[in-house]
Amino acid sequence: MKNSKAASKALLQSVATLALSLGLMACAGPGGHPKDPLEPLNRATFRFNDVADQYVMRPVAQVYDLAPLPLKVGVGNFFGNIGDLWIGVNNLLQGKVVDGFSDGGRFLVNSTVGLLGVFDIATEIGLEKHDEDLGQTLGVWGIGDGPYIVLPFLGSSNLRDSVGLYIDLSADPVWQAKEVATRNSLTGLRFVNRRAALLGADTTADQAALDKYGYMRSFYMQYRLNQIYDGQPPRVKDPDDEDASADDLGTAPTESAATSASPDKKENQE
Amino acid sequence: MKKIASLFAVLALSIGVQFNALADTIAPDALVKSVTDDVIAIVRQDKAIQSGDTRKAVELVETKVLPYFDFAHMTRLAVGKDWKQANADQKAVLTHEFKTLLVRTYSNALTQYRNQQIDFKPLKAKPEETDVLVRTEVRQPGAKPVQIDYNLEKQGDNWKVYDVMVAGVSLVTNYRDSFGQEVRNGGIDGLIKSLKDKNKQIEPTVSARK
Repeated sequence: MKNSKAASKALLQSVATLALSLGLMACAGPGGHPKDPLEPLNRATFRFNDVADQYVMRPVAQVYDLAPLPLKVGVGNFFGNIGDLWIGVNNLLQGKVVDGFSDGGRFLVNSTVGLLGVFDIATEIGLEKHDEDLGQTLGVWGIGDGPYIVLPFLGSSNLRDSVGLYIDLSADPVWQAKEVATRNSLTGLRFVNRRAALLGADTTADQAALDKYGYMRSFYMQYRLNQIYDGQPPRVKDPDDEDASADDLGTAPTESAATSASPDKKENQE
Repeated sequence: MKKIASLFAVLALSIGVQFNALADTIAPDALVKSVTDDVIAIVRQDKAIQSGDTRKAVELVETKVLPYFDFAHMTRLAVGKDWKQANADQKAVLTHEFKTLLVRTYSNALTQYRNQQIDFKPLKAKPEETDVLVRTEVRQPGAKPVQIDYNLEKQGDNWKVYDVMVAGVSLVTNYRDSFGQEVRNGGIDGLIKSLKDKNKQIEPTVSARK
């Protein structure tokens, strides 16, 4: 998404390819992840993204990261402010009316007193920043996520979120800016800023993962579920987590009657 | 003389109260808070950790954090349904290697700590519950707050963490797909080998690694 135009084209192409390959590839091979029928294609895109990140995105982000913190904060706030109206629309679409109006209020306050959004005054006066997009709204409406998709440059997504993103972009003031040069430079800055915020976390993920592709796929699925539930997904007792039995190393001898008496203790808790 | 006597009485009373407090189980949210505050206070003062001395960070985690974690439970969760296939020895090795992996990875993350502020959310749990979620949020200027939640389980009189979730992503179950793949390819021993290889790759160093 660095080269905004190319990225947009790539995005469209990948959605088109996807629609096509969905028709062709009926089901996943044996042992594959049930949510990832396009794994071979996805892995190829993932490798491409990884190389692009290693040689272009990450180095650029590292240079940008040398900028003074207040400047980076201002840039982040500016793009955050631009997004707030659409976030508000999505809150309304999800039936969260108070949140939706609060987002509108944020936009008003920050665009004026906050000098075009550079200062996030709204948060300081108690209007909390939210995190919504159309993919989440569709999820709240009960639309399933569909197959997992790795988008060129953008990374993890799924069918529902890709459609959501396409519409998000068509409602995005930066992406819809009339002047192409303005649009491209702002989009570039937006993504460099976002990438820079992930420096550090990316090395942790590299170190943590046995298979980075599988790690990121699982990460994305859990992350989106958490977003759809606004940070409070239902706590469900893991079906594979049986209570510690005697043969479990015996490190938890105290864990006996109290816990095993209620194996379904976590269900319906929140 | 009366004054001194009453002073002793107050003293004795307060000592008694303190002993009582110690005897009671420390609440799960209080536990998370005290461990977090402890670790952050140390990292704030430790220039070596801040400049990327991961060996020192590992040491800190091992002494201050590990006692409150149940790695056997964590490993069982990460491995999922294949856990039953493993014999006692394999379970012990798996637990040891997974613990090493988590400790090395996240001790490294500690070296990136830069004055973030941590908010502790009020605990929503009934006193009789034995499995609770403690919610926290890490705030830093110019970035979205990151949600970090801890799942704790009561074992006897003590609470132990068995899962940590960052932005809703479980650091434990996130491994399940990859672990399952390893087991399908090479059995439990295949998974053990992959974990050992991985741990060799990320052996802690004194130098900064970015």
